[in-house]
Formats: sequence, C-alpha cells, structure tokens
Amino acid sequence: MVLEEAMTNLDIDKQVSYEVGMAVREAVANAIEHGNRSAPEKKVKVALDFLPGELVVRVRDEGDGFDPERVADPLAPVNLLRPSGRGILFMRKFMDEIDYTFGLDGGTEVILRKLLRGSNGLTDEEESR
Amino acid sequence: MKVDVRHREGVTILEPKGKITIGVGDIALRDAVVESLEAGSRNILLDLNQVSTIDSSGVGEMVSAYTTVTNRGGKLKLLNLPPKVVDILQITQLITVFEAFEEEDEAIASF
Repeated sequence: MVLEEAMTNLDIDKQVSYEVGMAVREAVANAIEHGNRSAPEKKVKVALDFLPGELVVRVRDEGDGFDPERVADPLAPVNLLRPSGRGILFMRKFMDEIDYTFGLDGGTEVILRKLLRGSNGLTDEEESR
Repeated sequence: MKVDVRHREGVTILEPKGKITIGVGDIALRDAVVESLEAGSRNILLDLNQVSTIDSSGVGEMVSAYTTVTNRGGKLKLLNLPPKVVDILQITQLITVFEAFEEEDEAIASF
C-alpha cells in the first residue's frame, strides 16, 4: 500500500501507520461500496497531506452523497451482530478527527486527520514552543 | 490469506494466517466456515494467533460465521487472540459476544 510505504519512509511510528492504514482502508471501502455503489466507471480519489505534526487524508467518491448521522449505531445491542456498518466507527477510533464535505455536483469527501507525535510524545508544533 | 484446517475431538479448528481484510481474507474465512459446515462440522474453533490485521469486513465475516454456525445448532469460539484483534473486538464490543480462550485444551473441552 502506497500510504504505508510513505509513512515508513517518513519514519512514522508503526502503530500510527497501522491506525491510519485501518482508517483509510475503511474510508476507501465505504467510498467504493456506499458512495460509488460499486459502479466501475466511478473513481475514488485519495489525497495525502503530510503537514507539520499532522497527517491529513482526503478520500472522495463520485456518488450521490449520504448523511453520516443516518448510519445506524453499530454498538447498539440490536446492531451488534450485523455483518456490516462498522467502518465509520473504525475511522473515528483510529483517527483524531473525521469530517465530511459534500460537493455541489454530488460526491462525498471524508477528511481524516491524525496527529503525528515524535518519540518524545510531542507534535512538532508542541516541540517548537 | 491461507486457512489451515485440522480436527480434534469433534472440533474443527480453523487457523487463518495473515490479514482478514476486505477482498483478501474475508472471503477465504467465509469459504472455510461454509466448507466446514457442509462437511458436517458444528463445533468450530477459530484460532487467530497468526492473524496480523482485521478490518470491519473481517469482523463482519466473523459475525456472519458466528450467526450461521449458531443458527445451525453449532458453536463458534475463538482461540489465541493477538492484541490487535482483542483491540478490534473491544472497539466493536464483540468481545462480549464471542467466547475466547488462550489455551487450546481448555477451548476444546468447552464444546
């Protein structure tokens, strides 16, 4: 996976790489399955921004958009044994922040942010103070 | 992903190796469980000691396997959960659903 290689090259902590990889895998899977409804002609674009102390990943589909608030809570007892519906839960657990934007001509972009901490436990921004 | 299959004292032990993730190990796991059921197995022990990563699709397959086996009057239990899998089962609160063991002898005796 390109993302994992990029993070390894940037000497990012293995646990952080694992968590980002988990979240991005879920975002891309959601974009293909629920966003583009598996239409082969529709694309999913993934953009990575390595910023000081922070990694931002944007995953954009070409679907009709959706309301994240309407996704059933996978932790509700009635949903616990459902075979699907845990992707957003994983994204929230493994990233520091998750946002959505919706294009005027359709398409959903999920924005995933992860703080990158150095070996001293501080982000670059905190370390420079 | 490869799934090793062995049998012990009436229990089918499935040992997936590698990732149980979308498009990779999820289907292999499903196939292994279905084949075990079709071969007459009702007691299935999923040994996850060599699973490196599991995503929501993999969790979904585990849940499907659990309900399918249970609906057919059988039992599906877990063995040797790596820390990352424990973490995933805690996040999804499925740790309360699955019966999990650290020792194979104890797991086999529980069926």
